Amino acid sequence: MTWLSDDAVVRLRDAAVRPELEGTRYTIVREIARGGVGIVYEADDHELKRRVALKVIAKEHRREADLIAALEHPGIIPIHDAGTLPDGRAYYVMKLVRGTNLSEMTSLSMRDALRILIRVCESLAFAHARGVVHRDVKPSNVMVGEFGEVLLMDWGVAIAGTPGYMPHESERTPQSDVFSLGVMLRDFVAGQNAPRRLRAIVAKATANEPAARYATARELADDLTRFLDDQPVAAYPENAIDAVARWLIRNRALVAIVAAYLIMRIVVLLIWQR
Amino acid sequence: MNKIGVGLLLGAVLGALDGATAWFTPEVRAGIAGIIVGSTIKGMIAGFAAGWFARRVQSVAAGVLFGLAVGAILAGIIVALQHGQHALAIMLPGSCVGAIVGWATQRYGVLPKENNGVAGQSHRTI
Repeated sequence: MTWLSDDAVVRLRDAAVRPELEGTRYTIVREIARGGVGIVYEADDHELKRRVALKVIAKEHRREADLIAALEHPGIIPIHDAGTLPDGRAYYVMKLVRGTNLSEMTSLSMRDALRILIRVCESLAFAHARGVVHRDVKPSNVMVGEFGEVLLMDWGVAIAGTPGYMPHESERTPQSDVFSLGVMLRDFVAGQNAPRRLRAIVAKATANEPAARYATARELADDLTRFLDDQPVAAYPENAIDAVARWLIRNRALVAIVAAYLIMRIVVLLIWQR
Repeated sequence: MNKIGVGLLLGAVLGALDGATAWFTPEVRAGIAGIIVGSTIKGMIAGFAAGWFARRVQSVAAGVLFGLAVGAILAGIIVALQHGQHALAIMLPGSCVGAIVGWATQRYGVLPKENNGVAGQSHRTI
């Protein structure tokens, strides 16, 4: 008996699951990603002469394509086409996003990370308003394209979500996605000297009780935007000292110029009076 | 209020206040009215220039630097008219007033509405 090498077994398995696309306008180029519910390939679209992403999923997960097709938003990858393979599996064709996965972006500044997260919140708010819950929000499902576009992928098919990003409650609601966003936010600010206001936003987004979290992803986005603009945030009731400190930080350029003016005036007066 | 209006108003107020500080210098106290009027006009010119700049360039840093430069030039002209007397006492605070007005015109005031030059055209579909 001849034993096959591991490499050969992998190649045989890949060949076995490789979709049969004869009769379609697509040819597989390479595998891009493999998840719990499907495999994403880079493919050639012969008719439009462009590269696309083609995802092959089990027939029962076909609703993923229907879900995304119903969500037309700049933060959600558009679907170009969908169909069924001869073996019964379903596939759908999306725009091929060239960019970087958020989980691979290790040198992001906190402000850039927050801006990306706000864009993810906006996509989710849009989906939630149409009754769609993502159920698996995590950095590896966020792509930042080469033109700065932020796209949330893998919609609505996760059964259990990703440990660490999922809340304890079993029912998946918009607040579950808010919790996952909060965990992403917590990961972004971990190890950084995050201001109290931002820590309060993290705490509110990741509260154990769904009712204590932000009611919508839009509310979380609004609070993050206010934080970036040095405005008061809903998650952190500030006292007078906090408000003054925030105003001084927000207007630091003015504070520096006025201070310089006053120092100059005093110095000039002292010199003059000598 | 538009950005030039903000610049003119703040320039006038800060210019007047800056001129009023001459009261603390006994040797020029007698001519304080003239100093306040001159300083107010100087502030308004700086404010107008900063407001005009803010309509074209949206950058706080650039606005502050522009205001600083305009304030310094205007104060320099006054120093030159006074044959170099009290150069530092006029130029340094005058530059700062320009910088404050430059900051304020970047931060506040309404930009004119953009005209995209396509009259009567709305969304197109292909």
